[in-house]
Amino acid sequence: MSILVNKDTKVIVQGFTGKEGSFHAEQCIAYGTKIVGGVTPGKGGQEHLGLPVFNTVADAVAATGATVSMIFVPPAFVSDAVMEAADAGVTMAVIITEGAPVKDMMYAKAYAVKKNMMTIGPNCPGIITADECKIGIMPGFIFKKGSIGLISKSGTLTYESANQVVKEGFGITTAVGIGGDPIIGLSYKQLLPMFEADPETKAIVMIGEIGGDLEIQAAAYIKEHVTKPVVAFIAGQTAPEGKRMGHAGAIISGGAGTAAEKMAALTAAGVTVVVSPADIGKAVAQVMAKLATK
Amino acid sequence: MNIHEYQAKELFAKYNVPTLRGHIAFTPDEAVKAAQELGGNIWVVKAQIHAGGRGLGGGVKLARSSGEVREVAQQIIGMNLVTHQTGPEGKMVQKVYVEEGADIKKEYYLGILLDRALEMPIMMASTEGGMAIEDVAHNTPEKIIKVAIDPVTGFQGFHGRKLAFGLELPKEEVNTFIKFAAALYNVYMDYDSEMIEINPLVKTGDGRFLALDAKMGFDNNALYRQEHIHEMRDLSEEEPTEVEAGKSDLSYIKLDGNVGCMVNGAGLAMGTMDTINYEGGKPANFLDVGGSANATTVAKGFEIILKDPNVKAIFVNIFGGIVRCDRVANGIIEATKLTNVNVPVIVRLDGTNAIEAAEILRNAGIKNIIAATDLADGAKKAVAAAKGE
Repeated sequence: MSILVNKDTKVIVQGFTGKEGSFHAEQCIAYGTKIVGGVTPGKGGQEHLGLPVFNTVADAVAATGATVSMIFVPPAFVSDAVMEAADAGVTMAVIITEGAPVKDMMYAKAYAVKKNMMTIGPNCPGIITADECKIGIMPGFIFKKGSIGLISKSGTLTYESANQVVKEGFGITTAVGIGGDPIIGLSYKQLLPMFEADPETKAIVMIGEIGGDLEIQAAAYIKEHVTKPVVAFIAGQTAPEGKRMGHAGAIISGGAGTAAEKMAALTAAGVTVVVSPADIGKAVAQVMAKLATK
Repeated sequence: MNIHEYQAKELFAKYNVPTLRGHIAFTPDEAVKAAQELGGNIWVVKAQIHAGGRGLGGGVKLARSSGEVREVAQQIIGMNLVTHQTGPEGKMVQKVYVEEGADIKKEYYLGILLDRALEMPIMMASTEGGMAIEDVAHNTPEKIIKVAIDPVTGFQGFHGRKLAFGLELPKEEVNTFIKFAAALYNVYMDYDSEMIEINPLVKTGDGRFLALDAKMGFDNNALYRQEHIHEMRDLSEEEPTEVEAGKSDLSYIKLDGNVGCMVNGAGLAMGTMDTINYEGGKPANFLDVGGSANATTVAKGFEIILKDPNVKAIFVNIFGGIVRCDRVANGIIEATKLTNVNVPVIVRLDGTNAIEAAEILRNAGIKNIIAATDLADGAKKAVAAAKGE
């Protein structure tokens, strides 16, 4: 078991024939992901990486039965691509592209919600179910199969955490990179219940960062509804106020969105909060040891 | 990206958001000329820097004659203005905005920003104009009225009425206020703004509403389609090293510690700073070298970090995913040849081909490169090296 995606998930790629789209589609195929085709307007009817190319998402969905789209189009075209996927009946769009305007995402997200399409990202590494399905740009080999669910705003911290978890002798069920933009798709609050319900996931790692209040919402949810142990790290404890730390959403403004307030809320919700990201693996080993004695 | 008050007011004027008339001046002579053009017998001379709290810092002054305009312009232009938002080092004032006077009856606050939880813009108004809104929010949150505006349907009359009646405006002023707020919402949306703050918004003796001050920030991701806004960027208001880093597509932020950091990925870069702090050191910067981390970007990274004389050691922390560690190792060796790196460099490479990378670094025999096995080890070694241990 896993959440959201598995070996049977049929995936199309929007921006399939572009440089990034091609490279990562190939990597995903090599990992075992069932990529069934792609969309590049004007190139419909051609073949790319041995797969069919379509002019529209609607054509691609009709011909392949794909339910998930991985989006690599340039930032200016992201909202159009997301809405096209939603309109075509795709159930989940994984938006890898970095740099989409916030206003565009505001419209695209609202439209996706209306059409019942889930979104992940933008500006994220994607989602991976270990040994089954990788939809994104993460290095697949790090994610050994196991029993830890992972939710993270940061790409490289996802890899760092998965690596530590594996070094401690555990593995990953599904890892979701939710992205660090001000407006994102699925977040902790939607993903936590999925991991809670997944019988294979025994514990959850959540990586947050400064800016916004998604981690605070997560803490409130965990307190009420999550029975599985959660280990958390919040990046940016040493970040100054008013400075954007790389991610568009990673900014403390007006004294709100600090790491300290998020860490306090998570601690109060019973989460094991580590101060140093180097301790994520060890903390997972501890909560797993405690589970074993129960 | 942020712009100056006078630039924000130019945008306001285009959308019929009422402001006072004014002119920008770079010299006291220009300030006097500006005052004469405006006419009247009272003017306000305002320092133009990207920071709030200018009045308290002595950057905003009243003048009642041409002589006084010259005198205060002389004081303000070239002064080092320190406010609660500039930090203790302050900012050098290069220009002033000379504005006509106004008959102020009451001061309000009006602002728009993105509510990340609601995923739509919210407009906020308060009767506590002229005060820091953070303080109002903290001490008397009931004095801030908020309305969320669905971008699909836009600003509606009821949004305006909720704000206007919330501010307890008399009914004959409500429509004037709503027109003001609606126009401001259009400015916010059309220019891909991230934030607009009018503090204070003033009501004049004859019942008009005017933006006495104006602060605007924009979504950097949208600047490609906002050429006019992009042209307003004032590089002299930004940290020079950050601007230089940006030109090479590196995301750099200067901090006040002595352990330089070079990391791939924003989250890990913050995490690395936190680890250094946890191990008893202080990070000198945030630096995300991005996905590629090749010889050129690494060399540029070293160059930028070493511009800060406080840096006593550099921690290179790369988690190689798609980018292979052996390539990064070669890049680091190459970079040390391109730039004169005169402090210890602690290198932690993990991920794809990490073992080969360690071998490459060892064989290179560069004496100030110290290999680290993991994040904690690297941070400990970097902190120790910065302390001269």
